[in-house]
Amino acid sequence: MKRPRSAWGVLLLLLLLWLVVYPLVLVLIDSFRGPQGWTGDFFRQFVERPNEWKALWGSIWISGATVVLCALIGIPLAFLFSRYEFPGRRLLGGLVALPVVLPPLVGVIAFLFLFGETGFAARLVQAITRSTDPPWRLQGAGAILLVHAYSMYVYFYLFVRAALAGLDPSLLEAAAALGASKRRTLFKVTLPLLRPALVGAGILTFMTSLASFSAPYIFGGGFRVMTTQIVATRLNGDVAMAMVETVALTLVALGGLWLLRRSEGRDVIGGSRKGAGPVLVAVAPRTRRLMTLLATALTLLLLLPHFTLVLLSFVPVGTWTTEPVPPSYTVGNYLALFSEPERFRPLFNSFWMATLAMVAAMAVAVAAGHLIVRKRVRVRGAIEWLLSLPWVVPGTVFAIALATMFAVRAPLAGRVVLIGTIWLLPLAYLIRNLPIAGRAVLAGYRQLDPSMEEAAATLGAGRWRTLRRITLPLLKPALAAGATLAFATGLGDFVTSIMLYTYDTRPISLEILSSLRSADIGVAAAYGVFLMVISAIVFAIGSDRRAATG
Amino acid sequence: MFLELRNLTKQFGLQRAVDHVSLTIQRGEILALLGPSGSGKTTTLRLLAGFEVPDQGQVLVEGEDVIRLAPVHRRFGMVFQHYALFPHLDVGENVAFGLESLGVKGARLGGRVAAALALVDLAGFERRRIGQLSGGQQQRVALARALAPEPRVLLLDEPLSNLDPSLRERTRREIRDLIHRVGITTVLVTHEQEEAFDLGDRIALLRDGRLEQFGTPDELYDQPATPFVAGFIGRATPIDGRVASVEAETVVVDVGGVQLRAQARNGVVAGQPALLMSRPEAFVADRPGPDRLNGAVVSRRFVGASAFFTVQVDRGPTIEVAAPPRSLSVGAKVGLVPSGRGLHAFPVEPK
Repeated sequence: MKRPRSAWGVLLLLLLLWLVVYPLVLVLIDSFRGPQGWTGDFFRQFVERPNEWKALWGSIWISGATVVLCALIGIPLAFLFSRYEFPGRRLLGGLVALPVVLPPLVGVIAFLFLFGETGFAARLVQAITRSTDPPWRLQGAGAILLVHAYSMYVYFYLFVRAALAGLDPSLLEAAAALGASKRRTLFKVTLPLLRPALVGAGILTFMTSLASFSAPYIFGGGFRVMTTQIVATRLNGDVAMAMVETVALTLVALGGLWLLRRSEGRDVIGGSRKGAGPVLVAVAPRTRRLMTLLATALTLLLLLPHFTLVLLSFVPVGTWTTEPVPPSYTVGNYLALFSEPERFRPLFNSFWMATLAMVAAMAVAVAAGHLIVRKRVRVRGAIEWLLSLPWVVPGTVFAIALATMFAVRAPLAGRVVLIGTIWLLPLAYLIRNLPIAGRAVLAGYRQLDPSMEEAAATLGAGRWRTLRRITLPLLKPALAAGATLAFATGLGDFVTSIMLYTYDTRPISLEILSSLRSADIGVAAAYGVFLMVISAIVFAIGSDRRAATG
Repeated sequence: MFLELRNLTKQFGLQRAVDHVSLTIQRGEILALLGPSGSGKTTTLRLLAGFEVPDQGQVLVEGEDVIRLAPVHRRFGMVFQHYALFPHLDVGENVAFGLESLGVKGARLGGRVAAALALVDLAGFERRRIGQLSGGQQQRVALARALAPEPRVLLLDEPLSNLDPSLRERTRREIRDLIHRVGITTVLVTHEQEEAFDLGDRIALLRDGRLEQFGTPDELYDQPATPFVAGFIGRATPIDGRVASVEAETVVVDVGGVQLRAQARNGVVAGQPALLMSRPEAFVADRPGPDRLNGAVVSRRFVGASAFFTVQVDRGPTIEVAAPPRSLSVGAKVGLVPSGRGLHAFPVEPK
């Protein structure tokens, strides 16, 4: 089919190539370039060092184990809340998804306060055993897996719930009418139909886990995964080796994605939902009470980190020493966030940087949506792929890549010095926002009836009037969802910030870390609560949009 | 000649969606583009509106070629198949949208919106939300919105396909009255013959992107240009035969030894095979006898005022004839006598 040539399409493609691909190419080049020209020495060193292999293997097996754990938690929960009718099902079913509102670093510190050596759980055990030694150390692979399982099972839970809701109940009735047992129906009908959802959740969990930085950074101890290894190597000044490690992590990410995509198989059509009856299974009253009890207990357990964070945000600095429960409470920490310039500064920084990145990402996404869906420019496939690329590549990789790219002044090669300026972090956030904004806006554009814009044209509305009066208002739900999610991502970012921030641009996450180091637990928790609330609002807007579009 | 399509051609990939289509439309006339799905009628409408650019050909409005004009500047009003009403604007804002493009403001804007809504019997509906309207009301708002800026041409894409069948006939009449009252030149797309007959002053029948026949409904029914037209417009049964003799307007075709007189179409040659298209009224069922197509009734389809009977001619074709509902019964032996109308002879197209 003949496609219109579009200068705008090519322009956008070039912008994305410069933003997303060029930094990665520079990393690849630098990993092969020594002081005396091209060399494979760094790769040889990488292969010869057992530590590197350990970190690489650590990344892979932690991610695999995370997927398995999350599936084991998330799938049964999804079945419990979508298949059985019991009092409190709707409310508890919503609350169970709440770990998603904890940004990575915030979730990690909440776990620290709850299950760490000096956390609530440990103090409780100490109080009971009248011991002064911490009963355990929350460290190593086990601790990482605990945090991962807690924060990522939500993917399986939400994906499987959505798939179960979309499952045509007449298929299950047909299986029953054909004499299949419940077990056979589950394995022969339900699970195969859930496969796309399971694979989707698996991919998301694996990629998130592979890119996870906060948990291994705080809880890893001597246990290294690739993301923490890269940061450590770079801090040690071994820049070339950091590049090689970055390349290795990228390859693992791409390989993992490829493997998981292969298992997706052909898309299964779930059948139409017309005339669908209720899917809920009625259960005996006693079982129902048991289910409510079980679900409530589970929900409370899952919400413990949130409660912990909120509680600790009211603890005055330096007052909680050896008591099992903090002795006094105050709103002073929150007041400090907004009244002390040095405490307020990170809030302000994160706010403007996240806003700028979000606005820029949304502008790129709207342009991409128009060019891909409406204009159907020739390079539309490439544009869409580039938009989603930063999602595949771990944040640490992009941080390294940007640090490399913007450390040199070579305008002709598209490189300027941004290291140490206030522009590097917003740029990094922008890149991380591209997949989020792109996905939301493209989905919105694809749902938008093209005859709306055509109708505006027959009514004499020019391009800008159509965009302003028709297209953007109709895209509003998608824009709101994309923009809020992008904003929250930038606001809570830790992975890229830790490599690229300067004292003047230090964002909230870095301030949480330094508060933690100076034992200002209450302040760190207050920042955490702040991020948690913002994320909760984002999540509410997102699910509201799903409700609106049916 | 108010509106003229000259040699319009549009190719998608290897397929010619519209293949050298030429049409002329008088001012105030309603043209129906009729055809099965994939015949190119919607593409033709989109070429008219300017959403597609033709590979070749012209669209002339009063002699001026508008093919280079973007849809915005054509001043063609359009009612979309699913209406494309803006859901975030209310009824009044929808109707005002096109007027605002013309710079109409303030009290005049309100007056013209009210007038357009009154035209479609929706006076006072300005502040309603689109979601609150019934399907029929939405369609009328779409009409009001398209007509409000007083476009040169009105385009209707399958205007009735989204309505309940019970509503269609009444709506059809209303649209027809409205268009004639406004006096606007109209092009509409439909795949239903009844709709095209009822609404169209003239009908362009399309097939595989090509114009099969262009004329009034009567012409299309009484003088079908091709077997396809005869089959698509009204009912017709194909019968194979051989041309016995050709006269000026008529032709005698031999079908299984029986001589049938039919209306001739171009290219029918004596001695050559011919394809007869037989309307249900082409034969009268009588007693079997010589020089008749003798056979037995094999099925009856009762439609109310009359019934369609399928007659299996002995060692011959199956022919559908209309007759009073209780005049025949399944199994009866009959002889079919030509009625003198509704039988059309076509040359057999070489395969």
